[in-house]
Amino acid sequence: MAQPPPQQPLRTLPPPFNTSAESFELIAQGAESLLYRTTFLSPAQPAALKVRPQKTWRHPTLDKRLTRQRVLAEARVLVKLSGEGIVAGGGGRKVKDPKKKNDGGGDNGGVGALRGLVPAVLALDWERGWLVTEWIDGVTVKLGIYQRDLAADEGVLRGLLGRIGRVVGLLHLAGVVHGDLTTSNMMLRPTRTPGTNADAMARAEEERGEVEVEGGLEGDIVLIDFGLATQSVSDEDRAVDLYVLERAFGSTHPKEEGQFDEVLKAYGESMGKPGKVVLRRLEDVRMRGRKKSMLG
Amino acid sequence: METVSLPHLPDYPLHICLFKDVNNAPFLRQQLLEGNTDFEYAFLDASILLSRNQVLAACFRAINDLLQDRLKSRNVHSEIVFSLSPNNNISESFRRFGVAETSRHILAVKVGGVQSQIEQHLKGSVEGNLVPLTDEQFAELRDESRLRKVYKIGATGNEAEAFVIGSMALKGS
Repeated sequence: MAQPPPQQPLRTLPPPFNTSAESFELIAQGAESLLYRTTFLSPAQPAALKVRPQKTWRHPTLDKRLTRQRVLAEARVLVKLSGEGIVAGGGGRKVKDPKKKNDGGGDNGGVGALRGLVPAVLALDWERGWLVTEWIDGVTVKLGIYQRDLAADEGVLRGLLGRIGRVVGLLHLAGVVHGDLTTSNMMLRPTRTPGTNADAMARAEEERGEVEVEGGLEGDIVLIDFGLATQSVSDEDRAVDLYVLERAFGSTHPKEEGQFDEVLKAYGESMGKPGKVVLRRLEDVRMRGRKKSMLG
Repeated sequence: METVSLPHLPDYPLHICLFKDVNNAPFLRQQLLEGNTDFEYAFLDASILLSRNQVLAACFRAINDLLQDRLKSRNVHSEIVFSLSPNNNISESFRRFGVAETSRHILAVKVGGVQSQIEQHLKGSVEGNLVPLTDEQFAELRDESRLRKVYKIGATGNEAEAFVIGSMALKGS
């Protein structure tokens, strides 16, 4: 405390981070929150700290309530997803018909396959407005596509799009819609077998910068930023989720737009029967846009 | 004994000892019940612990709640025991996660204090074998069926850690 901190964070962090000696690297800033890369539980363990700063123009009581709701909604969705397939008795709300679950994602287990493909919640403080999650290694899908090796076979891109569709399908099957699906909200994490010693070693290697993925589109798709996620199994919400992704993809990756069908195809496959209904609904949503008209 | 400095909480070092095959659990429990001030530790039943990170996450939550002045139990040490629980029942959390008459493996955590003194005192008071604080050790010592029941999970490997830590963090919301 005697020395001034080496790099003062841009904004005042909430306690206990305001007196921390760790480094905070500002990764992203939105209207709602600031995202920092820092460490958690061990100096060797990188973590993402999402801070929702106070909005001074709002009434303090309202501000507290909204912040609390939003931090908790995000954390609850993440914890729910991280319990996919291991929580005894399905955990809370039942997701459609379990039989239908088995229709989808047969290639890789389906149920529970999403666990590990979302960041783990490590800590939160809904009163102070912060959430710490596991740090996801790798680049965003957006960057991955921008940097991709154009000489490579088109099949590589199609493979990636297929994995995106599959993950979104698993997410919807788990009873969650993301609310802001874009290629910036998906990470391309170097593949590793989770939960093994090799995993720990891979982490250590990544720490030392020995493993770098560049130009390739390999890796697990990990969904991030569940700030707008909601628990829903409605076809409309699912279709809008896909529509948002479709539009975002088209504008972020115009050259690849034509291959977006690959995402929808894989989505349909991993979702099974309910997926067909959602894809039909998507056509309606395309005709009218994201917002359902409340007129007439 | 291991001294852990949690990132962001440099003023609250944790002194942690994991004891295997403890013979005097009833004595340790008695000291806590009597409120013996020489025994200001969090004594956890190690057979119900999943991982090192789970323990550290519980400590982080307890210390943060201490700093925010919202402890639900008597002090930061009892709060560590409570933090491990997925629900809000304090006495149940002590029963499940704290040292019991029948506890065989015990994890002792002390927040703050002088390392050498704590180490000496713990080694002198706990009759058991000191083992390293690793996930492998926790896996060896744990009682799978109790762990499954307490956290309502169907698996107790590393794949359960995210859900367990997340549930602990969400408690009280």
